[in-house]
Amino acid sequence: MKLPVKTMTIAIAAALIAVGCSKKEEAAPAAAPQPTAPPPLLVKLGHAAPLTGPQAHIGKDNENGAQMAVDDANAAGIVIAGRPLKIELQGEDDQADPKQGILVAQKLVDAKVNAVIGHLNSGTTIPASKIYSDAGIPQVSPSATNPTYTHQGFKTTFRVMANDEQQGRVLGAYAGNQLKAKTVAIVDDKTAYGEGLAGEFKKAAVVAGVKVVAEEHTDDKAVDFKAILTKIKGKKPDLIFYGGMDPQAAPMAMQMKQLGIKAKLLMGDGGCTSEFVKNAGDAADGHYCSLPGIPYDKMPGGPKFIERFKAKYGDIQLYAPYAYDGVMVVVDAIKRAQSADSAKILAELPKTDYQGVTTRIQFDDNGDLKDGAISLYVAKGGKWEALETIGGVAVPEPAAAPAAPAKPAEAAPAPAPAEKK
Amino acid sequence: MDIFLQQLINGLTLGSIYALVALGYTMVYGILGLINFAHGEVVMIGALSSLTVIQSLAGSGLPGPLVVLIGLVAAAMVCMLLGFAIERIAYRPLRNAPRLAPLITAIGVSIVLQQLAMLTWGRSYHSVPALLPSDTHEIFGASFTEVQVIIVVVAALTMAGLILLVNRTRLGRAMRATAENPGIAGLMGVDANRIISLTFVIGSALAALAGVLVSANYGIAHYNMGFILGLKAFTAAVLGGIGNLAGAMVGGVLLGIIEALGAGYIGDLTGGVLGSNYQDVFAFFVLIVVLIFRPSGLMGEKVAERA
Repeated sequence: MKLPVKTMTIAIAAALIAVGCSKKEEAAPAAAPQPTAPPPLLVKLGHAAPLTGPQAHIGKDNENGAQMAVDDANAAGIVIAGRPLKIELQGEDDQADPKQGILVAQKLVDAKVNAVIGHLNSGTTIPASKIYSDAGIPQVSPSATNPTYTHQGFKTTFRVMANDEQQGRVLGAYAGNQLKAKTVAIVDDKTAYGEGLAGEFKKAAVVAGVKVVAEEHTDDKAVDFKAILTKIKGKKPDLIFYGGMDPQAAPMAMQMKQLGIKAKLLMGDGGCTSEFVKNAGDAADGHYCSLPGIPYDKMPGGPKFIERFKAKYGDIQLYAPYAYDGVMVVVDAIKRAQSADSAKILAELPKTDYQGVTTRIQFDDNGDLKDGAISLYVAKGGKWEALETIGGVAVPEPAAAPAAPAKPAEAAPAPAPAEKK
Repeated sequence: MDIFLQQLINGLTLGSIYALVALGYTMVYGILGLINFAHGEVVMIGALSSLTVIQSLAGSGLPGPLVVLIGLVAAAMVCMLLGFAIERIAYRPLRNAPRLAPLITAIGVSIVLQQLAMLTWGRSYHSVPALLPSDTHEIFGASFTEVQVIIVVVAALTMAGLILLVNRTRLGRAMRATAENPGIAGLMGVDANRIISLTFVIGSALAALAGVLVSANYGIAHYNMGFILGLKAFTAAVLGGIGNLAGAMVGGVLLGIIEALGAGYIGDLTGGVLGSNYQDVFAFFVLIVVLIFRPSGLMGEKVAERA
């Protein structure tokens, strides 16, 4: 038994050497006589989102958006420093779990990706951002909206969506000023996103004169909310705010109807999906939600994007256009840097001024989207109907509000609804 | 008072769902001493396959409850076949292996089923058409739906039926004999393999029933729905005394009511220090206390007999 093994080892080694040699021999002459056809510049982009678990549908949607951007960029015939650009997307599944998020981040770093698009959830994005920052890899999150993500002092963190500070503020003011709620019950799903958004909402709602009568919590895997809803019913609030995602929001709306709760639900972007109205059925009617950015069909490249995306992957769930823009912002930085080196991309990203599908993308000092708009929707007849858009590029930037001197860009939209009425 | 009553109704429904799933765990444990962690996934497969049938029949003009019944029968067939296959492939070859081995294949089967369901039915949530009567009624200011009543009644009937089956029929006697000692039962003319297969098949049919009722109650179905449900039902089975059929029902209903009351009153009782996010902590605290004083669960037999 020993001899064949040895022979085989030698044979393999010999073969390897032969291959190695022949490769070198091939490479050398090929480069010399044909300088006109240089090898493509291979760029590896990492993408991380939950591809399994309750939020798998939203995660796959993000990956599809990113993949479409990669395909578009590859087809565009971009030339970087004389070499055609070829992008590869490495999609990873973080299961919306912070622990898994760190593992996936390390995996992407080990795979030597040039930049990362992701993650989807704030809860995974924040711990993962430390790993990318340590490795010097730029990270553009399409959808993590918890303010902490860009406020940790890392130079590598960017996002192409308005954050929860702004969204919570708009929602809180909207509850008091437009919806005329006197009392509100707040429910969150204990995730970085849900709890963060609920916290920002609470601050703004109190400022707008709304009284918080109950604060309840669930988790991002629950389906039964009757116990907390019953408790809320006893407090008779005018409005119920939910900080969380659609897998919980839809059954929550149905159980509100069963319990005969008349108050309407107000949600952030996590509940603002086609899944919510589809699954909650007629129990969805009259509930409100907000989405950072402007309505899809009013986006600069919106209608065309929706059409192309539909043809390829079906209906947009939630953040696909943002994932698309996330990739495109990185490609744009590569173009300007004329290099796919992580450090060079990182140097160019803060200077981004890119007209994306979702909006015109510029970053502030933290890497947050400048002048992010927030749009409000109401569910009617199985569809989200756009109500109004607050903030955004179209609105001239007023002088920094004294409330938040550190973030003048975000302070602007908050008082807007108050002024309108 | 109406709030308290409402919480009791909430807890009773939730608990009956747990109980229905817990019956499946407890049956298999009673016979094999094995925790079939794939049971929650069988519930999920039941829910999704019934949904497929229901959706294809939705436009046929048949009355709603009949459509659900056809869906249930189809789902039961799928699940029975699945239960049979799971036992054959993952558990029987390991019948005499150390107890840890089948536990690990159980978790493996659970993951495989989840992924298969994801590939078959996709990642999206499916809304379940409301074909069962779902009108809301009021009693002393607390509201309940007809689906909830169906769940509670079905869970109680199923438990009673199973107890009759195990204690009063020939098959039940063979089951009890196999549970006591498969070898000796074999000498007495009981085909232990057949009995064990049958146990899995019956347990899986119950899983299909649970799946249909759960998806009807919440109005949605998803490939991931079995995981947490399975975990909670397992807890309920342990609380009531795993291996004991009445215990599964008692444990399930108790767990459901503890969760509902915990979520509803912890905040007020502790002056807002602990909120409804402690509802699971509260439920598991009760479980630990019960296990300290009654290690084999509320209605469980002494563990020594089985070991």
